[in-house]
Amino acid sequence: MIGNQPMRLSPNSKSLMMVSPLVAVLFVFLVCPIAMIAIVSFWRATEFSIIPAFVFENYEFLFGSSVTYRVFFNTFKYALITWAATLLIGFTVAYFLAFHIRTLRWQIALFLLCTIPFWTSNIIRMISWIPFLGRNGIANSTLISWGVIDEPLEWLLFSDFAVVLAFVHLYTLFMVVPIFNTMMRIDKSLIEAARDAGANGAQILWNVIIPLTKPGIMIGTIFVVTLVMGDFITVRFMSGSQSANVGRLISNDVALLAYPSASATAVVLLCTVLIVIGILLRFVDIRKEL
Amino acid sequence: MSLNTKELELVSVTKRYGDTVAVDAVSHHFRPNSYTCLLGPSGCGKSSTLRMIAGHETVSDGAILLGGVDISHLPPAQRGTAMMFQSYALFPHLSVAENVAFSLKMKGVDKGERLKKAGEMLELVDLSALADRLPDQLSGGQQQRVALARALITRPQLLLLDEPLSALDPFLRIKMRAELRKLQQELKISFLHVTHGQDEALALADEIVVMNNAVIEQAGTAREVFNTPKTAFVARFMGGHNVVSLADGTYAIRADAVGLSAPGAGSIDGTVTAIEFQGTHVSVSARIAGDQEVTALLPDARFFEQPNNPGDPVGLTWETDQLHKLSA
Repeated sequence: MIGNQPMRLSPNSKSLMMVSPLVAVLFVFLVCPIAMIAIVSFWRATEFSIIPAFVFENYEFLFGSSVTYRVFFNTFKYALITWAATLLIGFTVAYFLAFHIRTLRWQIALFLLCTIPFWTSNIIRMISWIPFLGRNGIANSTLISWGVIDEPLEWLLFSDFAVVLAFVHLYTLFMVVPIFNTMMRIDKSLIEAARDAGANGAQILWNVIIPLTKPGIMIGTIFVVTLVMGDFITVRFMSGSQSANVGRLISNDVALLAYPSASATAVVLLCTVLIVIGILLRFVDIRKEL
Repeated sequence: MSLNTKELELVSVTKRYGDTVAVDAVSHHFRPNSYTCLLGPSGCGKSSTLRMIAGHETVSDGAILLGGVDISHLPPAQRGTAMMFQSYALFPHLSVAENVAFSLKMKGVDKGERLKKAGEMLELVDLSALADRLPDQLSGGQQQRVALARALITRPQLLLLDEPLSALDPFLRIKMRAELRKLQQELKISFLHVTHGQDEALALADEIVVMNNAVIEQAGTAREVFNTPKTAFVARFMGGHNVVSLADGTYAIRADAVGLSAPGAGSIDGTVTAIEFQGTHVSVSARIAGDQEVTALLPDARFFEQPNNPGDPVGLTWETDQLHKLSA
């Protein structure tokens, strides 16, 4: 600086300076850990030590084991069922909020109502299903007292059903929010125009609302799929440790201090999720929503 | 007269929203085969009236007849009307041709046939070249023509247009209104066009229906409504008129029928308050007794023979047969 004259910067360096804090944060907390995981996945491990190396034995073991394929299949199964259920519920809730509630005030009020469960932690919301679904839980005793069943239903808790139920409960809002957001941007006169052209309710839904809601559906899908595929705690609690997904595979390896093996699994999972998202983005252009 | 000439009639049509009355027992017989403009300030009930005719708003009371049939409770598509929306309401995810073919798709017409019909419609509005574009990729005027083609493909007996020109820039507006007029004459169906612009209504309409405060204030041909306004509201709203209270009542007089003279030599004396050059004309505003403003519209050559300045005392002249008595 000369005298009082402020330092002159070219527009280029100004924008570089503005993005640099974010770049630094992402580099330290995102790029470095992932790079670290990728590096460790090539290390060698014995029962009692971890040796820096560049070998493929972790991957060889991973791809050579049938457990891996079953666990990945399970992960996809959870993701697919949860996706279908959250989409159905999320779309219905968002549709109701966006098109059947007339006043903005009620829309906001009901929308906030949907978010109330999020005031408690994931774990608590998950665990609260256990007394409800258990062998002598509320669900079973109610059904017995109504005479619907004679024996307690065994599959209610510690089963795939319980896992998917908890996922749907935890993640439906991630579907509702983006779909609602997209629906609110649909010009109401489009629906009138469709009706003017003779479309009935179902035709309006199929020909106008669903196509225009696709970007929101896609964003919700990405949220739900990535959350379910990366989860391990819900599967462990709700299946009573009887089912496994990739997250549990990793967490078990970590518990055994088998970091190289855990890293290799994590890298494969990361690539799988990225491929899934890549395929999804091929179908729908979400840039307009961002 | 062709067969598809069906007359629209409103029989004390009323629209209430809670306690507010948006349209108050409006009755009117629209001329067949004509271009009618529903004109009025915002909130006068003209849009509600149009939307009731279209079927996008329920009728609280009264009946809407088209060709002698009560259509008040039919769904929009079965009324024989089609609506063109203010913002055009084109489906952003569909191509121009698919937009136009939308109502045929809803009827279950198969793809080849409906796209062929849409192509014919697009030819009518001169947009065949853009059939595969998305609405986003069109200009405002092109979008409007797509909306027009989409409304016309249902072969309506009555086309309803809700402020169709308001989203266009002034130059395009004048061009499009000429096209609308031409199209109406070619298709030989009735157009009912809602607008708040009196110049638009004067330029387009066979008949102008002026609405104010939920009722029809006056209806008639464009010349009738402009030259013989019934009320002070119509005179002011149509523009180009002075409304003056004289000893024996309230009169309307066209601004271009008012001349200037020396003080004391005219019909009434006043003081010039403002002068505005408008190209072909000069508008001179003067204040007369009773704190009333009168505007004289003078050809610019005549004004500049003897230019006035604000503050000058002047006489205002008019022929007594140019005074038009108002009822209210």
